[in-house]
This record gives sequence, C-alpha cells and structure tokens, in this order.
Amino acid sequence: MLNNITELAISPRLAKNIRRNVKERVIELILMLAALSAVFTTFAIVAILLYESFGFFETVSLIDFFTDTQWTPLFEDAHYGIMPLIAGTLTTSLVALAVAMPVGTIAAIYLSEFASHKTREITKPILELLVGVPTIAFGYFALLFVTPLLQIIYPDLPGFNMLSAGLVMGVMIVPYIASVAEDAMRAVPMSMREGSYAMGATRFQTALRVVTPAATSGIVAAYILAISRAVGETMVVAVAAGQQPNLTFDPTEGAATITAYIVQVAMGDLPHASIGYQSIFAAGLVLFVMTLAFNIIGYVVRKKFREQY
Amino acid sequence: MQAQDTQSNKKASVLADLEAVRSMIRRHKFNDLVFASIGLVALMIGLLTLLTLFIDLVMDGYPRFNMQFFSDFPSRRAGSAGLLSAWVGSVLVMAVTFLAAVPVGVAAGLYLEEYAPKNWFSDLIEINVSNLAGVPSIIYGLLALGLFVYGLDLGQSILTAGLTLGLLILPTVIVSTREAIRGIPVAIREAAYAVGATKWQVVSDHVVKYSQGGILTGVIIGMSRAIGETAPIITIGALTFIAFLPPSPVTDVAPYLNFEWLSSGFTVLPIQMFNWLSRPDHAFHINAAATGAIIILVTLLMNGTAIYLRYKIRKNIKW
Amino acid sequence: MVNTSTPLKAEAKNLNFYYSNGHLALKSVSMPIYENKITALIGPSGCGKSTFLRCFNRMHDLYPGNKYDGQIVMHPDNTNILADGVDPIEVRMRISMVFQKPNPFPKTIFENVAYGLRVRDEKNNRVVADKVEEALKGASLWNEVKDRLNDLAFNLSGGQQQRLCIARALATDPEIMLFDEPTSALDPIATANIEELMNELRGKLTILVVTHNMQQAARISDYTAYMYLGEMMEYGDTDTIFTRPVRKETEDYITGKFG
Repeated sequence: MLNNITELAISPRLAKNIRRNVKERVIELILMLAALSAVFTTFAIVAILLYESFGFFETVSLIDFFTDTQWTPLFEDAHYGIMPLIAGTLTTSLVALAVAMPVGTIAAIYLSEFASHKTREITKPILELLVGVPTIAFGYFALLFVTPLLQIIYPDLPGFNMLSAGLVMGVMIVPYIASVAEDAMRAVPMSMREGSYAMGATRFQTALRVVTPAATSGIVAAYILAISRAVGETMVVAVAAGQQPNLTFDPTEGAATITAYIVQVAMGDLPHASIGYQSIFAAGLVLFVMTLAFNIIGYVVRKKFREQY
Repeated sequence: MQAQDTQSNKKASVLADLEAVRSMIRRHKFNDLVFASIGLVALMIGLLTLLTLFIDLVMDGYPRFNMQFFSDFPSRRAGSAGLLSAWVGSVLVMAVTFLAAVPVGVAAGLYLEEYAPKNWFSDLIEINVSNLAGVPSIIYGLLALGLFVYGLDLGQSILTAGLTLGLLILPTVIVSTREAIRGIPVAIREAAYAVGATKWQVVSDHVVKYSQGGILTGVIIGMSRAIGETAPIITIGALTFIAFLPPSPVTDVAPYLNFEWLSSGFTVLPIQMFNWLSRPDHAFHINAAATGAIIILVTLLMNGTAIYLRYKIRKNIKW
Repeated sequence: MVNTSTPLKAEAKNLNFYYSNGHLALKSVSMPIYENKITALIGPSGCGKSTFLRCFNRMHDLYPGNKYDGQIVMHPDNTNILADGVDPIEVRMRISMVFQKPNPFPKTIFENVAYGLRVRDEKNNRVVADKVEEALKGASLWNEVKDRLNDLAFNLSGGQQQRLCIARALATDPEIMLFDEPTSALDPIATANIEELMNELRGKLTILVVTHNMQQAARISDYTAYMYLGEMMEYGDTDTIFTRPVRKETEDYITGKFG
C-alpha cells in the first residue's frame, strides 16, 4: 500500500509524511500491546485458576470444600475441606498483624511527626532495604533462631509452630505499614497541625488527636494491604509453621497455610491433571480471592484519603 | 493607688497561672519524650531484626565461605555440597527475566504516560497494574504452572522461570518508568515538538533518555526481588538436586550462540537454600545459612545501589 | 496621639526575624499592643506583617532554622516570650491564633471547640460543655450549630468553619488573639459576619489582626500599623493613620497609589 501511494507520484514530501504517520501508529500499537500485558496477566491468572479449579470441583462438591474439617487430598482416605488451611492462614496472619499494626503505626507516627528531616532521610531507605530482603531468609530466621529462642521461654513449643512464623512475618510487614501510614500522615495538611500547635498542643498531642484521626483512612488502607500481604506470604510459613493441615487457631501449634500447602504439593512430583494437581489451583483460587478482596478494599480506602484534601 | 493595687493583683494571678501551666507543659513534654523513645524503638525493630538475621546467617554459614562452595555441585554429603548449579541457574534465569520484563515494562510505562487517552481503557490498565503488584507471588507460580509449563509446553525450564519472574516484576518496572517519566517537564517535550519532532521522536530521543536513571532504579529493585523469589519457582516445579549445568549459551563455533539452555532444567539460589533448610540433618542447615547470607548480600547490594542512584538523580535534577 | 490611659498588653521591642534561608524578614520592629483593643497590621504582601504576627505565638518554632532577635514582652508579668527559656507551648497557651484559611480538625463541632481544653487536660465534662457553649456564643455560631454539635466540622460552610476556629481560639480565654487575614478565603457575606463578630469582641479581648484589606482595617481596628519590606513604617490611631498619615509612603499605600 505504501508503494502504491508513492507510485501515484503525489509529492514525495506527502509520501514521506504518510510513511511517518504509519510508523507512528505502528509504534503506538506496539506500546499499547505492552501495556495490555498487565490486563492479559490478570485475565490469565483468573482463567487458569478457574479452569483448573473447575476440574477439581467436578470431583469435590463446594459444600465438602467449605465444611469438611480435614484436608488430605494426597491420602488414601482423601478429604477436601479447605478450612484447616484457611485457619492456618488466618492464624499466622493475625499473629503477624498483632505485631505489625502497633509497631508499624508507632513507627509511622514517629517518622512523620517526631523525626528530624535527617533521621527521615536515613531511615526511609533502610526501611526500603528491609522490604527487599528475600522471605526465604526470614524463614530460616523463624525456624532456626526465633523458634529456639521461644522454646527457652516456652519449652513445649513444637519445632514447627505458627507463633514464630507469625512473629517474623509481622516484623517483615512493619516497614510496609510504616511507609504507607507515614505517607497518609504526611498528606495531612500542615495548616491542620498549625491549628493544633497554636492551641498549645505538644507533638504527641497533635499526632494523637489531630494527625492520626485525619489520616485514619490511609492508616486503615495500610492495615488492609498488610493483611493481604500476610495472607499471601509463602516461604516463612512453609519453612517455619509446618506443612501439616491442622484446624486450629492456637498459634503455638504447627499448621499448614494455603501457601504452604501449594509449596508442599509442588515440591513433590504430581501428575498433571490429577486431583492433587488440581487441588493446588483450588487452594490458589481461594487465596487469590482473599487477597483480591483485601487489595480492592485497600485501594478504595486509600483513594478516598487521597481525595480528602 | 487603687489602680496600682489591682494591677499588681492581676500580675500575681497571671504569674500563679503561669506556674500551673508550666508544670502541665513539663508533664506533657515528658509524655512526648516517652512516646519518642517508643517510636524510635519501633522504628529500630526492623533494622535490628535484619542485623540479627544477617549476623545469624553469617555465623551459622561461616564454615562454608570458600571458593569450593561456589564450584561444587549439590551432594548427598553436606560438607561437599556446593552452589554451582544454583548460582549459574540464578544468573541464567535473571537474564531471561531482564530481557522479558524490561522492554515490555518500559513500553507499557511509556504508553500509559505518553500515549494513553484518559478514559476507561487506561483506567482498566492502571487498575490491573496496581492489582498485579498486590497479587501474592505464589499465584504467579500457579499461573506459570498452568500456562507456561503445561499450556505452552515450555516445561520446567529456565525459560519458564525467567518469564514467570518477568511477569512478577513487570508492575515494578511499569510503575518506576511512569514515575521517572512524570518528572520530565512539559517544556522539554514542547521544545522538541516545536522543532518538528514526531511523537515517537520526542519519546525516544528525549523522554526515554531523561528518565533512564529512574527506570534503571526500578529495574534493579525488580531484579533484586526476582533473585530472592522462591515460591513461584517452587510452584513451577524447579528441581532441587541438579548435578549438571545447562548447555552454555556461548559456543566456540559459529554462530557462537545457542539457545538450548533455555529449555534446560535448573535450580536457583533460594530454591537450593530452601532444599537444604527443609532437611532434618543440621549439617545442611549450615549450607542453607551460607546461601542465605549470600542472597541477602546480593539483594542488599542491589537495593542499596538503586536507592543511592535515586538519591543521586533527585539531587542532580536541574529543572 | 496614642491613648496612654489604656494599659499595655504586650510590646515588641527591636524585633528582627530571620528565616532559615537567612532572609531577614523583620527589621527592628517595635510596637505596642494595648489591652482589649484591636490592632491592625496592614501593608503590601511580603511586607512581613504575617511573619510579625506569627512571632507572637512562636509559630516559627515549628520549622527548624528560623531565628528571632529582639523581644516581645507580655504585660503585666514582663515575660519576654521570645526568650530561650520560654517554652513556645506556654506562649501558645496564652496567645491563640485564627488562620488565613479555616483549619478545623477532623472532629465533631463540639470537639473542635473543646480541643484547647482537652489539650489542657480539662477532665470535667460540665466545665468543657459550658466553655464550648460560651465560646460558640462568643463566636456567634451557637444558634447555627447547637442542634448538631456532634456533626463533623467539615460539614460546615467556609464562613461557619472560620467562626468555629474563632470559637476554638476563644474557648481557652487567651490573653491575646491573633488573626492572620481571617477573611481572605471567605465570600463577602461570611466576611461581613466575621467583621461583625470582631466588632463584638472589641473591648473584651486584645486582638492583633493582619489584613490585606484597608477598609477592613479602618472598620474594625483601634490602632493600625503600616509595614513595608519588613519595617514598621507608621503606627498610630486608626483614625489618624487613615486620615492624616505622617509619612508619604503610608499615604500612598492607603490611597491606593501603591501596593
């Protein structure tokens, strides 16, 4: 087509323009396809999870899936109740949040309201470094450092337990909460702080009575995103919390989480399209839905606080 | 006289009030101090944990820090097991990840910042990018298992692992590209348009060039995350006991390159560490600790470089 | 010229002020503040009038690197509130402030007004409720909000928010109240309301107000100071300043030839 146009012998300059326009269009198209890869990935995740889970739910009824109290897909006497895995996931996450929420919030208040500019400049990159530490290293730490330490205080604690995994996961999440919550607090306009200081309030009074309430939605968003992160965390729990499904909310016991189960199955050599193979997709679907829900709520809450000022 | 009396009474009462106010302020300031101390501790918990963790790993893994550890294959005997296949695997997987994620991520970032119309379509992409950043990494592993390993029949190969991690770090690359581009003032674009440049000329000659540093920062952070990622690689079924190396990418006969390594089986550093860590024999834990120390060192170095780079860029911005 | 039978409430003496970037924003400013009178500060933008006002409750201490040199003495106790040993918090408890833009807290109307009392550890709810009512009445807001004291303050209109901020400042019985261009962000009706309110406070409270609006200064103040480039050009009775200014610069500014 391009050749035709040039052969029509319209002015060479016009032909050049057309060629240029076509080139521009093609480039834009390529860039757009690259951007669409994000949409494609999301759809692919949903499609794969649904497709493989579909095979799983042909064998297992949804009622059994949500009401059976045992999860033993690889045993002779197979049970497919997801509840023990959800219990393990929630227990480790709750322990983690019990650590991360107070510590993260206090750290955020300190950074935003108390720390000098210089302290902040030094601390924020360190927090970022912490976020970058591979989780497998934290798994080692939980299993071979924290658990033995806890066993000194509490000798009956089993070698695999959710307490130590949860605690370490909590410390891992602190920088995450601290940085999102700090962003929210820094977004509180200075005029509001001035209003408080002008009344004779101290830093602590201002932080507690004015800044924190003003940043509530941002802090809540930080918590929700942290929950999503805790629920999806894999290596710490796979290494330190044990791989035995166990319907309990007692953190001093060992129990498998959804993620730990997926790891356990994937480490073995399961034939493609077997029920065991499909079961990790069903478990993954539950995990995906949980994290997606938290992410969406977090996103909405966060957007709300951004629009507030 | 009377007036003077009331005046001095007033003065006395003001001073008495001030005394009460001052002692209250002292109390309040003590609270400030208490909270500031707690806050500092809260802030340090993470750092102290990281320090303890690193020292713990280095001390536990100390016996294995020698050249042999890097040149030996894994072995049944902990003392002679090494990291050779794991570090070579990590390097090759990272190469694939880099080649997959960087062009696509930068292109996507360029599209979203420079081309995308502000409508539902760009919103859709944007929501997907931010959502993907929050998807647990193990889910990427399931995606790769269904799509790459079985769907596209790429097998449990280096190519599969590289593409999986590529997808995983794509949001990081896209977001950092966008942030870097956003820092470029409109005036520079206008200057280029004013001399007759096309959109692509403006983008490729100016926008990409000036945002290189910022993009690089994001790429390094993404790559360092990919190096330490364990869960998705386990999920696609990486082997843990590999006593061979993939075929070399470079050959001594023309065309000097071969791509067989892409479909080779492999292991990577964090998988090797996980494998050693899950063994009951404590002798292997020493190997795991040494590997952990190495992984942390590498990721800290990479992240540190990225943060330093960003700091330099911010300092050097001239507009 | 200046009424000497009125007691002094405060006095600025040779006040210099440096911002953290080294800029000298106030040059040896001296000025009296008379008790229960309204003193207005006028001058073109950038003349240092807001900077001067913010010295009175040590707002500049919130940002590192700012430096005062000189004195602001409070009467009758003769405390130099800029002295190193004096805690800015103490100063702010004595001198409250109303800002250019209404800045209510993300709290209920009631809790906004009660804020100063809470900060002072007032635990008696009866006392707090009485003070809040009194302050809201003093700020002419009581009738509008008495039925919805537990609503969020953000739901009020801009003018109401500003009166809420005035109530907040009134509730702690300050010795001086500072107003930093309190009507510049408001519409004309809200502005009229605030001016009326200030007229009601006249004679009951020592007020220092910065305004960019000369008519406003003429309407509400007893004394007026004209500042230019960080210097106090002229100070006197409002009537005198507006009718028979001594300096040519003041006259030019007031008549609109400049500024």
